[in-house]
Amino acid sequence: MIRWFKPIVFLACLAPLAQLGWKAYNQALGANPIEVITHSTGDWILIFLLITLAVTPVRKLTGQLWLIRYRRMFGLFAFFYAMLHFLTYIWLDKFFDVHEILADVAKRRFITMGFTGFVLLIPLALTSTKGSIRRLGGKRWQALHRLIYFSAIAGVIHYVWLVKADIRKPLQYAFVLGILLTYRIVVWALPKIRAKKTATLSGRRMELPRG
Amino acid sequence: MLIKKAVDIPSSEITPKNVYLNRRKFLAGTIISGAAAVAGMSLRELAEPTNVLKDVSNYNNYYEFSTDKYEPAKLAKDFKTQPWSVTIDGQVKKKQVLDVDTVMKMATPEERIYRHRCVEGWSIVVPWVGFSLSELIKKAEPLPKATFVEFTTVLDPNHMPGQRTGVLDWPYVEGLRMDEAMHPLALLCFGMYGETLPNQDGAPLRIVVPWKYGFKSAKAIVRIHFTDKQPVNTWNKSAPNEYGFYSNVNPNVDHPRWSQAKERRLGEFFKRPTLMFNGYDQVASLYSGMDLKKNF
Repeated sequence: MIRWFKPIVFLACLAPLAQLGWKAYNQALGANPIEVITHSTGDWILIFLLITLAVTPVRKLTGQLWLIRYRRMFGLFAFFYAMLHFLTYIWLDKFFDVHEILADVAKRRFITMGFTGFVLLIPLALTSTKGSIRRLGGKRWQALHRLIYFSAIAGVIHYVWLVKADIRKPLQYAFVLGILLTYRIVVWALPKIRAKKTATLSGRRMELPRG
Repeated sequence: MLIKKAVDIPSSEITPKNVYLNRRKFLAGTIISGAAAVAGMSLRELAEPTNVLKDVSNYNNYYEFSTDKYEPAKLAKDFKTQPWSVTIDGQVKKKQVLDVDTVMKMATPEERIYRHRCVEGWSIVVPWVGFSLSELIKKAEPLPKATFVEFTTVLDPNHMPGQRTGVLDWPYVEGLRMDEAMHPLALLCFGMYGETLPNQDGAPLRIVVPWKYGFKSAKAIVRIHFTDKQPVNTWNKSAPNEYGFYSNVNPNVDHPRWSQAKERRLGEFFKRPTLMFNGYDQVASLYSGMDLKKNF
């Protein structure tokens, strides 16, 4: 891929933040700016998690192998927007009231779920370097980074549990996530099913002479 | 005075056509500016600053149009509030169907500046225009059996895109106990900021019950039904464990999913503590002896 493409993608990933900043500067965030910031950063976490999870299937299905070079960046942007989302909550919503935050995390299941999704991303961000892959070993690193599945699931449930009545938008995220996870299950299960089939087929062949 | 003449003589004959077509706005404007002239109303003052009209008319929980609070302002723009009739029925002596213009002229309108607290945790201060709901109720002459009043919002899926979704069970229904409805604070409302009510704020006729969460204040009302049964309000039907019939503003009773102890007043950075009954202590006696945790 062309060398200047990566910085462009990087800047594009910052566009949602730039848009928020621009709107804030122009006082165009509407009647409840903090709510807009919270919802917008929340949306972008889910979008970046889904993009990250889409890299492997798209790469395999289209044969565009270079896509893998963007996966870490997308994943880190998911974490970046998660930090902004979390910061908005502890600062602009709770004003660093630790007592209130802890009560929220313990009592409100949608907060518990969102918090879980965020915490699960922390080790992934910390071990996102090439050095970490070397230190952990490819297999273990990969196993650890499967936490992203659970983080994304937690994120979607957080959204479903948060809305009052209109779950259409969270369900759209759930639908896309469902497809991306189903792909993994199929990829994981298909060789096993095939192996089993071959085993039974060859088993039958073995039986033939006896019959 | 000129306006009185216009009402006596068929307005189509003497009024310029554009004024005739804007009759509703014209009349309402006159009535409402009259309201501003009524002096000595204790409810005209509130120590807290009033929110700007732009916020109040561009941030609306009006699921008939959209579940996105920024959408109703656009989607309700061409909503027709004329002609509009209101059915008054059930346990009353005077069952009738009234034009909303007639309803608006039942009593002298006043401007009332109320706090408005949404169950979601934000609040606004709005100068509403209307008169006590009790004025209409008295004129309807409820029978002794009438212990509850039920309000129904118009069902018009052709013009209310939200009603084409199954997000809530349409039409929207809300209700009050008779003594709540008779409380002088409960407002029958048709204007705000000295003007007719914008469509997205519930035109042409809504109620405002300032000591309850916002969703209790039904918008675009077409029916006022007097009954001996406690109405099943739409949000209660949608999530009975989250939205009760009473839904009084109460900082001590959390919504199951979030705290109600604080609120964000639009336009303010820090959150404010939420007040019991939204600061309207004068309604406390309506609930004496009631467990407000149970009757949330």
